[in-house]
Amino acid sequence: MSKEIKVNCMGENCPVPLVETRKAINKAKEGDILVITGDHASSKKEIPMAVEAMDLELISVKDIDDYWEIKIGV
Amino acid sequence: MKDKTTLIVESGDYDKIYSAFIIANGSLAMGMDVSMYFTFWGLNRLKKNKLDKGPLSKMNFLGLGKLFMKWKMKKANVRSLEEMLNDFVQLGGKIFACDMTMDILGIEKEDLREEIITDFCAVGTYIKEARESEITLYI
Repeated sequence: MSKEIKVNCMGENCPVPLVETRKAINKAKEGDILVITGDHASSKKEIPMAVEAMDLELISVKDIDDYWEIKIGV
Repeated sequence: MKDKTTLIVESGDYDKIYSAFIIANGSLAMGMDVSMYFTFWGLNRLKKNKLDKGPLSKMNFLGLGKLFMKWKMKKANVRSLEEMLNDFVQLGGKIFACDMTMDILGIEKEDLREEIITDFCAVGTYIKEARESEITLYI
């Protein structure tokens, strides 16, 4: 069964949001959804680049208050 | 898309080791394979408990500059080099140690962190790795 996996990168700096996203992708099973939150500005652009490079599905990129939330389909 | 980044880490400077691991871990995170080839002063950083012991490449001021930089990095919540190395290993990165440097600098295998070293080798291995790589940098 697919599940939603939260990855909290609040307050983390380069390259941690990318690295933690990658670790979560490695652990996830096909069909799982990753919900990554953080406030490192460049990572909001770069996590989608990594998603594209790895042929995964970018579900959404949202700004919420002073942080961002990215959803990825594995 | 699965390609490779190969880094020569010749410098043992604190800031350059950081650059190397940030590029390495960024590459792994974006789906690439990574090989890091440690040679000369860089190889000293693979000795036990020496990873974060290098001086700053500029404005080290006998270590005072480095202390200031470490304080600034802590404030910016930058991950430690040891944590970055753990991430690197966990994401499947490979580390190679230059055996000629070991001969020149008198470094023995047991002086190094053998558990994180994929292989001890020479220039041929670097060329083989670099030939298969999209990105190769000399740090």
